[in-house]
Amino acid sequence: MSPDMLFNLLSKALMQTLQMVFIAGIVGSIIGLPIGVFLATSGKGELFPAPKTNRVLGLIVNAARSTPFIILVVAIVPLTRLLTGTSIGTWAAIVPLTIATIPFFARLVESAIREVDKGLIEAARAMGATPSQIVYKVLLPEARPSILMALTMTIVSLIGYSAMVGAVGGGGLGDLGIRFGYQRFNPEMMVLVVAVLIVLVQVVQSAGDGLARRFDKRNRKN
Amino acid sequence: MTSQHAGRAGATYAAPDGKPGSDPVAVAHSVPMVAFKGAGKRYGPAGEGGFTAVESVDLTVERGAITGIIGRSGAGKSTLIRMVNGLESVTSGKVLVDGVDVGALGEDGLRGLRRQIGMIFQHFNLLSSRTAFDNVALPLEIAGVDKKAIRAKVGPLLDLVGLGDKAGSYPSELSGGQKQRVGIARALATDPKLLLSDEATSALDPETTQSILELLKRINADLGLTVLLITHEMEVVKTIASHVAVIDAGRIVESGRTFDVYTNPQHETTRTLLASALRLPNWLRSAVKPQPSAGDRVLVRLVFFGDTAFQPLTGRLVAELGSDVNILAGAIEEISGEPFGSLVVSYSAEPDVVARANRFYAETGLTTEVLGYVA
Repeated sequence: MSPDMLFNLLSKALMQTLQMVFIAGIVGSIIGLPIGVFLATSGKGELFPAPKTNRVLGLIVNAARSTPFIILVVAIVPLTRLLTGTSIGTWAAIVPLTIATIPFFARLVESAIREVDKGLIEAARAMGATPSQIVYKVLLPEARPSILMALTMTIVSLIGYSAMVGAVGGGGLGDLGIRFGYQRFNPEMMVLVVAVLIVLVQVVQSAGDGLARRFDKRNRKN
Repeated sequence: MTSQHAGRAGATYAAPDGKPGSDPVAVAHSVPMVAFKGAGKRYGPAGEGGFTAVESVDLTVERGAITGIIGRSGAGKSTLIRMVNGLESVTSGKVLVDGVDVGALGEDGLRGLRRQIGMIFQHFNLLSSRTAFDNVALPLEIAGVDKKAIRAKVGPLLDLVGLGDKAGSYPSELSGGQKQRVGIARALATDPKLLLSDEATSALDPETTQSILELLKRINADLGLTVLLITHEMEVVKTIASHVAVIDAGRIVESGRTFDVYTNPQHETTRTLLASALRLPNWLRSAVKPQPSAGDRVLVRLVFFGDTAFQPLTGRLVAELGSDVNILAGAIEEISGEPFGSLVVSYSAEPDVVARANRFYAETGLTTEVLGYVA
């Protein structure tokens, strides 16, 4: 395989991976964030008490999280077809990736919100804050560094998951690695794919850490 | 309703329902800032399995005063103070704030009330993601005050608490005392009529505690703000509170002017909380006998306050009884601004000595208490 061809395949696969990871990451997080906030605030005696809904939602989230990703991909093919008109290709892969992201991110957000000192909620209540003011003015800003870490973790996991959607013709780096590197015995391709994935994960992790640190005022020293 | 405060209260939420035939003006003038009327708080089911944190408390907090509620941890004081702003619901009796029944308010009414009550906390409860300035601005944002008005309000408040130069600092860059000052500025932001202090100095060292207490005292004096504080430290009550209530196992066991309660405690709990002046040193306590045997000495506590605090009575007592007077313990303190001294002395239990001493006490008006007898 010529270096040109190698490069073309690799850059195409990288773009597909980025497309899948970022679209699924953004859409999944946007949906997962409110679910996480709701999970963290709807228990008995909490801000928006709805213990039954909380339990049901918790069960759904657990069910979604315990389904192996590759089974999820196949299981939701009808939904994928409904949304994208096809069950193969990069766009078709984005649907299961998004669905997998929602409960994953929601649980991480839930724990980030639960980490916020209960004393702050009490202080805000004592000021006459409404439950939604407490969420917007206290919980989300205070949990922001943890939520940014959760987002980083979600995107890194998505990079891993995206390698599996080659099964439905999703393309991307994982697919390239399997088809060219493994099935066609091309060790250079395999090494390159792995190297690009490592760099990608490294970049995402550093960017996430940096962002989280910027917003974390908890242990600032002069 | 003609009085100013009644008009204000009436504008914010439903006017307190006056009893039929009661004179609204007279009610408005006599309404205390906070009144607990048989107020109680019970968690869980009635009977077995439930837990009563606060039981039938009757207590009033006077307008413009600093009132302290003191008790050991677990005595129910945290629950009691939270019943005032509805952070804890009242399960029996009533809590009235400025004549308004807190338990009868809905969520909206409760939020309106809370905006008129500032609160400070043991662990400050400042938002780590906000600067000192933005922390003080938070209650104003919550109340929907516009940005310009917030800026005009926060600066002077930070100056008031002595943190004018720390507006841009995050809580993690401030010391404990500075954090509590931010907490106080934040509590004052909405111009409350009542300040609740939940162990505000318990996490601070003694020196910082004094400076925070001075600040609270100044705010009370300058702004006429009513303060209700809870603490487990008698020192705090003694320094700033004009009135005190002692809580034990969810009940108020003693209450009154701080000076009276302090100088003449009636309840056992109060006595144990008074760690200083009135407590006998351990070595002396173990030596005291209720009945004299031959050759024993009588142990007497002399209490000086008011007029007697300023007279050289000890010297005259020694002169009266000869050189037989032995001073065993004593302290002179200031309790809510008044001097108070206590001296434990012993002298011969022989009848003529005791009679001479008693005659001296009667002449001078000295308050005394026979504690027992020592060998």
